[in-house]
Amino acid sequence: MLKFIIRRLLVTVPMVLVVVSITWGLIRLAPGNFYTGEKAIPPAIERNLREKYGLDRPWYVQYGRMIGNTLHGDFGSSLKYPSTSVNSILANAVPVSATIGTLAYLLALLVGIPSGAMAALRQNSTADYASMTVAMLGISIPNFVLGPLLVLVFSLTWFWLPPARWNGFSPNLILPVLTLSAIYMAYIARLTRSGLLEVLRSNYIRTARAKGLSDREILVRHALRGGLLPVLSFSGPALVFIITDAVVVERIFALPGVGNYFINACLNRDEPLIIGIVAFTAIAVLVFNLVVDVAYAFVDPRVRY
Amino acid sequence: MANGLEAVEPLEGIVAGTSLWADAWWRLRRNRLAMVGLVVLGVVVLASLAGPPIIAHTTGYTYDYIPSEPALIRAMPPFTGPDGHFAWTHPMGTDNAGRDILARVLLGGRISLLVGITSTLVSLIIGTTFGATAGYLGGRVDEAMMRIVDVLYALPYMMIVIVLLAFFGNQSPFGQLILLFVALGAVSWLTMARIVRGQVMSLKSRDFVQAARATGVTPVRIVLRHLVPNALGPVIVYATLTVPSVMLLEAFLSFLGLGVQAPLASWGSLSADGIQNIAIFPWQLLCPGLTMAVTLFSLNFIGDGLRDALDPQARKS
Repeated sequence: MLKFIIRRLLVTVPMVLVVVSITWGLIRLAPGNFYTGEKAIPPAIERNLREKYGLDRPWYVQYGRMIGNTLHGDFGSSLKYPSTSVNSILANAVPVSATIGTLAYLLALLVGIPSGAMAALRQNSTADYASMTVAMLGISIPNFVLGPLLVLVFSLTWFWLPPARWNGFSPNLILPVLTLSAIYMAYIARLTRSGLLEVLRSNYIRTARAKGLSDREILVRHALRGGLLPVLSFSGPALVFIITDAVVVERIFALPGVGNYFINACLNRDEPLIIGIVAFTAIAVLVFNLVVDVAYAFVDPRVRY
Repeated sequence: MANGLEAVEPLEGIVAGTSLWADAWWRLRRNRLAMVGLVVLGVVVLASLAGPPIIAHTTGYTYDYIPSEPALIRAMPPFTGPDGHFAWTHPMGTDNAGRDILARVLLGGRISLLVGITSTLVSLIIGTTFGATAGYLGGRVDEAMMRIVDVLYALPYMMIVIVLLAFFGNQSPFGQLILLFVALGAVSWLTMARIVRGQVMSLKSRDFVQAARATGVTPVRIVLRHLVPNALGPVIVYATLTVPSVMLLEAFLSFLGLGVQAPLASWGSLSADGIQNIAIFPWQLLCPGLTMAVTLFSLNFIGDGLRDALDPQARKS
């Protein structure tokens, strides 16, 4: 197990470098650069700036420096905000995104698992069809429609909740977390339902029933453990999706998270900031996937590394 | 005997006359939600195709027609004429420039569906080729190829797509569409590759493949003529479910201003425009947004229904 973890962590390094290299290559192959903005800069100033940031050196020197920076975990200073380091931007933005992402996924688990389990236990009942239709609705409504809709109802019509802005751990978080969470609630409910249906048919559940356990005990002590495996393995990819979805949610609710900075960095062609954010998310996603795989081995004794 | 289609379902032959597909269609027809989905999707597709010329003919509005009278260049609620009374002219109202939102939503439907279908085809081609190759060759090649898929699964690939579109996009509306097709197709083939590989692995040791190999059919032909057609069921199901997810990705990118470029519009870009005025003119967001939600809803139900129809084992218990 330890060997497996170490090997996976070692593989993470080249993978992050590959992702960063692809991103860097795309940025460099694209026409134009940071200085071909709408406001023209005098050539002398541009030359000085390029010299300052090392952009006048040959491409392989710049590439090498970018890789070196990534390996050191220090991405240099942003081009758009000259006196700010990429790391300090990340330090401000990551907690925002991490907060809404974690809360959204926890909420999704909290709502999705019980409703999926209920649907599976009463398969083909009205409750089953109702909850699965609602889940399908959750999968089908784009978050950029749901978010504004919630704002329209709860903030602009009823004035119950604040519509936007980051205010730390406050009611401002309710609407963005709900918006981000909806689709995962739906996915998790569906996964729980199909996972449980599969497990409830298996022999060990029949054994448990035969030895006289109550339905409740069968569900809690036997069925859920196997039935939730699909939910667990979904958690890995879910992080990738949440990071993507958070981009939209942060924009709708004007939250200063990683996604918002990333889009602005792309539009500003702020290369160090883009590289920093891509590298950071790649590391986060890879490490999280490793955690999920390890957890899987603990929950499912059939899995060995 | 040499026909692979008969060998796959040997039991099916006993019930004379019902092929796998006829059976599936029968089961699908009994799935009420899927049938509702099919009808709704049909209406949306028909309206997107036939609607714009009809609107242009009756009211003179097209998706980019801005009225010349200054009094008409303003946002009007649905079913309201310039005098504030009920009128049929704009069933979805107008945007701030006085453009008919229905005409724009229908154009958006054309673009969104086009992107959804084309990108799914791209992902289908990549995924099937990749998965069939890995599954047929097996061994080390298979292991290496599937490792690549695993690795790609665990990467924030949408961020690379965002970089790609932000840096290479904005050339011409048409070039942007091509870029979208390729970019979205290139990130949504992973699951397809896994499914095809699994199918090919389980099919390749069957007798009809052995027979084909014995008669000297080339590997490429075996994959294309014998393995892929037999793996079609799950592939169709997954492709149907890929369409809505690709449409969501397209809308996501267009919402961020990186996808479809003006003067063209998609449901995502229309929603992005609408969100600016959500407090005063909510229909500008609700009309494109809910049209999209309804379409995705039906597509998902059709996909689910197809899965139940083609793989009855999945729902039985």
